[in-house]
Amino acid sequence: MMKGLKKWRLFSLLAVMMVFLSGCGEEYISALKPSGEVGKEQLNLLLLTTGIMTLVVVIVSVIYLLAFVKFRRAKVGENVIPKQVEGSHTLEVIWTVIPIILLLIIAVPVVTATYKFADVAAMDEVDENGNKTALTVNVTAKLYWWEFEYPNQGIVTAQELVVPTGQKVYFNLKAADVKHSFWIPAVGGKMDTNVENLNKFYLVFDKESKDLKDGVFYGKCAELCGPSHALMDFKVKSLSPEAFDAWVVSMKATEGQTADKASTDLGEATFANSCLACHAVSGVGGTGGVGPNLTTFGDRNRVAGFLEHTEENLQAWIKDPGQYKPGNLMLNPDGTAPIYGDLSDEEIQALATYIMGLSVEK
Amino acid sequence: MSSYTQKKGFGAAVWDYITTVDHKKLAVMYLLAGTLFFAIAGFEALLMRIQLMKPNNDFVSAGFFNELLTMHGTTMLFLAATPLLFAFMNMLVPLQIGARDVAFPFLNSLGFWLFFLGAVFLHLSFFMGGAPDAGWTSYASLSLYSPGHGIDFYVLGLQISGAGTLISGLNFIVTIITMRAPGMTFMRMPLFTWTALVSSALILFAFPPLTIGLLMMLFDRMFGGNFFDHTMGGNTIIWEHLFWIFGHPEVYILVLPAFGLFSEIIPAFSRKRLFGYSSMVFATILIGFLGFMVWAHHMFTVGLGPTANAIFAVATMAIAVPTGMKVFNWILTIWGGSIKVTTPMLYALGFIPSFVAGGVTGVMQASAPLDYQLHDSYFIVAHFHYVIVGGIVTALFGSAHFYWPIFFNRMLNETLGKWTFWVFFIGFHLTFFVQHFLGLMGMPRRVFTYMEGQGWDQFNYISTIGALMMGVGVIMMVINCLMSIKGKPAGRDPWGDGRTLEWAIPQPIPFYNFRQTPLVRGLDPYWIEKQEGNKEGMTYAEPLGDIHMPNNSAIPFVISLGMFIAAFGALYNPDADKPWSIYVLIIGLAITFGAMIVRSVKDDHGFHLHKEEILEIEEQLYGKGGNK
Repeated sequence: MMKGLKKWRLFSLLAVMMVFLSGCGEEYISALKPSGEVGKEQLNLLLLTTGIMTLVVVIVSVIYLLAFVKFRRAKVGENVIPKQVEGSHTLEVIWTVIPIILLLIIAVPVVTATYKFADVAAMDEVDENGNKTALTVNVTAKLYWWEFEYPNQGIVTAQELVVPTGQKVYFNLKAADVKHSFWIPAVGGKMDTNVENLNKFYLVFDKESKDLKDGVFYGKCAELCGPSHALMDFKVKSLSPEAFDAWVVSMKATEGQTADKASTDLGEATFANSCLACHAVSGVGGTGGVGPNLTTFGDRNRVAGFLEHTEENLQAWIKDPGQYKPGNLMLNPDGTAPIYGDLSDEEIQALATYIMGLSVEK
Repeated sequence: MSSYTQKKGFGAAVWDYITTVDHKKLAVMYLLAGTLFFAIAGFEALLMRIQLMKPNNDFVSAGFFNELLTMHGTTMLFLAATPLLFAFMNMLVPLQIGARDVAFPFLNSLGFWLFFLGAVFLHLSFFMGGAPDAGWTSYASLSLYSPGHGIDFYVLGLQISGAGTLISGLNFIVTIITMRAPGMTFMRMPLFTWTALVSSALILFAFPPLTIGLLMMLFDRMFGGNFFDHTMGGNTIIWEHLFWIFGHPEVYILVLPAFGLFSEIIPAFSRKRLFGYSSMVFATILIGFLGFMVWAHHMFTVGLGPTANAIFAVATMAIAVPTGMKVFNWILTIWGGSIKVTTPMLYALGFIPSFVAGGVTGVMQASAPLDYQLHDSYFIVAHFHYVIVGGIVTALFGSAHFYWPIFFNRMLNETLGKWTFWVFFIGFHLTFFVQHFLGLMGMPRRVFTYMEGQGWDQFNYISTIGALMMGVGVIMMVINCLMSIKGKPAGRDPWGDGRTLEWAIPQPIPFYNFRQTPLVRGLDPYWIEKQEGNKEGMTYAEPLGDIHMPNNSAIPFVISLGMFIAAFGALYNPDADKPWSIYVLIIGLAITFGAMIVRSVKDDHGFHLHKEEILEIEEQLYGKGGNK
C-alpha cells in the first residue's frame, strides 16, 4: 500500500489542500489567511501536519475499504471459517516505526517554533540612550473589555489596539478579574491572560489594516469568562510605522484633557458628572481604569467591541448596557440599573454626541 | 429457604432493584441511568446548536447558554459515558472471566447509588437557582467569581459521583485480578476485560487528583480557603493542573473500554481471532501509561514556557503510535476474515475512519505552536467530538445492539438499527466536520452568539442541521430498544459468531451466572468449544455443587442517601439566612456513618444455593415454557 503511493501524490495533495484551506474565511479574522510572521509559520505547521495526517487517514481508509470489499461474507461464502491468524511481528513493527517517523517529521519544526515564539529577550533591549528599542504593549483583560497600555510611549487606550507594521510587537498579558485569552486569529496564535502572572509573547503585523473590510483585524477572547464572553471582542488597527508615530504624537497631545463639569456643552457636563469617575478622556495617564479609556472613541470601529459604530447604538448602550453585555460592570452589583443612575433622554443624546466626538485622528 | 421464587408486585420489584447487589441488575440500572443523562445532555446540546444556527440569535440567553455548555460537558463525560461504559463492564466482565459476580457486590451497589444520587443532585441545580456555568473544566478564577450556588452543585455533585466511580474502578481491578475462571490467564482474557482493567487502574490514579481539586474548591467556596484566590496568595493555575491530571486520563478511561468493545465486535463478525492480540494488550497498557504524562497539552497557552510545552508536545504525539497499532490490528483482523455487516459491525466499520480522523487532529493540537491557533477554538470542539462521538458513542451504540441479548435476552431490530446508524453517522459528520474549519476561521468555542459577516454563518447552519439529525438518530435507537420488549427470546449465542465466555451461557442468564465454573482452554474459549463440536457450550472445571451468593442489601442506598442529604447542608452552609443548613449537613453525615457502622458490626455471610435448587431454577428457565 505504502509503496503504491508515490511522492507526487503527497505534493499534489498538499497543493490541493493549500488552495482549499486558504479559500476559507475572511482576511481580517481567519487563521487561514495570516498577515504576519507568527501566523504564517503557524499556517505552515498547519499545512505540514494536515498533509501528513490526511495521508494517514487516506491510507487507513484505503486499506480498510479494500479489506471490507474483499472479505464480505456474501463474497467469501456463508460457511467459510477463515484461518485464525495470530498476528505478524513484521507488520506490527512496520506500523509502529512508520508513525514514529511521521511524528519525528512533525516534532522537529514544532520544537523549533515553540522556542522561537517564546523568545521575548528583545523586549528589554535598549539603545545607547537607554530607551527600549522594541515596542511593548501591556494588555489587561477585564470583564468584558481590553486595556492597551504603551509603557515606553506613556499612553493608554482601550478596545482598539493600534500597532505599527513590519516589526515585532511584544505583549505583556494579564487579567484583572478572571482568566481571559488574547487572540488575533489572522495575525497569530493566542496566549492566556492569567490573574496571577504576566505572560509574554510577540506578534508581527505585515499588513496595514486600512484595506480590510472594516479597516481592522478582529481580536477575540478565547477563554470562557462569563455570560458576555462571546462579546468580548477587540479590534486591531495596524498602521505604517510613520502613521503609528503620528498616532502616538496625537495621543500624547491629549495629556491633561478632561471633561468640564461647568461646560456649556450638555454632553461634556453630563460626562463629567456621570462618567468621568470610571472613564478617562486623556490618552496619557494611569492604567487600571474601571472602564475603558475613551480618548479615541470617535476613531473606533465598534461600540462596546461588537455593535455597529453609530450614535444610536451608543445611546442604546448608555441607556441599558446590561441588555447588550450581560454581566458587565457598568451595572449595579444586583445587575438591574446602570451605576451612573438614570439619565434623561436629552442627556443621553448629548452624551453620545460628546463621546463620539472624542478623537485623535480627526 | 428458596430465595428465587417469590412472586413480585411493583413495589417489591422496586425494592429488589434498590437492594440488589447482582452485577447484571446493576448493569441494567447503569444502562438506564446513563441513557437518561445521555438524553438530557443531548437535549442541552441541541438547544445550544439551535442558538448557534444563525448569527445574533436570541433563542437562549447568554447566562443560560453557559449553564447549558457546562452541564452538557459535565453530564456527557461523568454521568452518561462513564455509567454507560460501566453498564457494559458490569454486565460483561464477570461473564467474560467466568465469575459469579464482582469481587465486592456490596461496593458495586454502593458505587451505583453514589453515582446516581450525585448526578441527581447536580441536575437539581436547574430547579434550585441556577446550574454551574463555568464550563465543565470549571477553571478557578471564573468558578470562584461565579455568583449563586451553581459551582457548589458542581463541586458537591461531582464529589459524590466521583466517589462512586472510584469505588467501582477498584472493584473491577480486584475482580479481574482475582476471580478469573481456571485457565483464564491474563493473556487469554478477552480484550474488553483487559481494557476494563487498564481503565479501572486509570480511575484509581486519576480520580484522587480530581477529588483533591474539588475539595479545595469546596473549601474556597464554603470557608474562604483561598487555595485558588490569587488576591490572597492562591493560584488558579494549580486548579488547571489538578483538573487536567485527572481530565486527560479521563478521556482514556472512557475510550479504552470503547476500544475493548470494538475488539469484541470486530473479531466476532469477521469470524477471526483478534489480529496481534498481545500487541493490542501492550498498546492498551502503553496508552494508559502515556495518558498520565500529557495533561499539560491542555495548557499550552497558559504560559508554562517553551520547555514544558515542547516536552508535553512530543509526549502527546507519542500516544499516536500505540493508537495507530490498534487501528491497524483491527483492520488486519478484518483482512482475510468473513465479514458480516450486522448493525454492531456497521458501527465498528464507521468507527475506524471517524476515530482516525479524531486522532490525527489530536496530533495537530499536540503541535504546541500550532495549538496557539487551535486552542479554545471550534477546531478543538470538532476534535474531541470526533474522538468522543466517533469513538465512544459509536462503541456504546454498536455494543448496545451487540450485547442487547445478553442484557435482556432480546434482539434489537436490525433494519431499524442500520437506519439509525446512517442517520446518526451522517448527522455526526455533518455537525463536526465543518467545525474544524470554523475554528481555523477564527471562531472561539463556548460563545453563545456571533456577529454576522465573519464568514461563519453557513458552517454553523450546516452544523446545526447535523446535530438535529443526530438527535433523530438517538430517538430511533430508543424506539428500537422499546420495541424489543415485544420481541422473541434471543437464546444462547444469537449472533452465531460469539467467541468469548459470555456467549456460552444459556439465556436468560440465571443470577448465579455459570452453573459450574467453566474451564478456559485458550483465547476465545467458546469459539474453541464450538469448533470442537461441544454441544454443552463449555467444558466445566468442577462438578455441579452448592453455590455461595451474597445477600441483597439496602445499606448502599442509605449510605448514598445520607451523602445526598448532607450535600444540601454543605451547599447552603455559606448562606447567612439559612442557619438550618448545618443541621442538614450533620443529619446527612449521621445517616451515612450510621449505615456504615451497621454494615460493619452486622455479619452478613450470604447464602448457599443447593444443587437441587439450581436444577429447579434451570428447569424453570430453560424447560418447557421457559426461556422467556
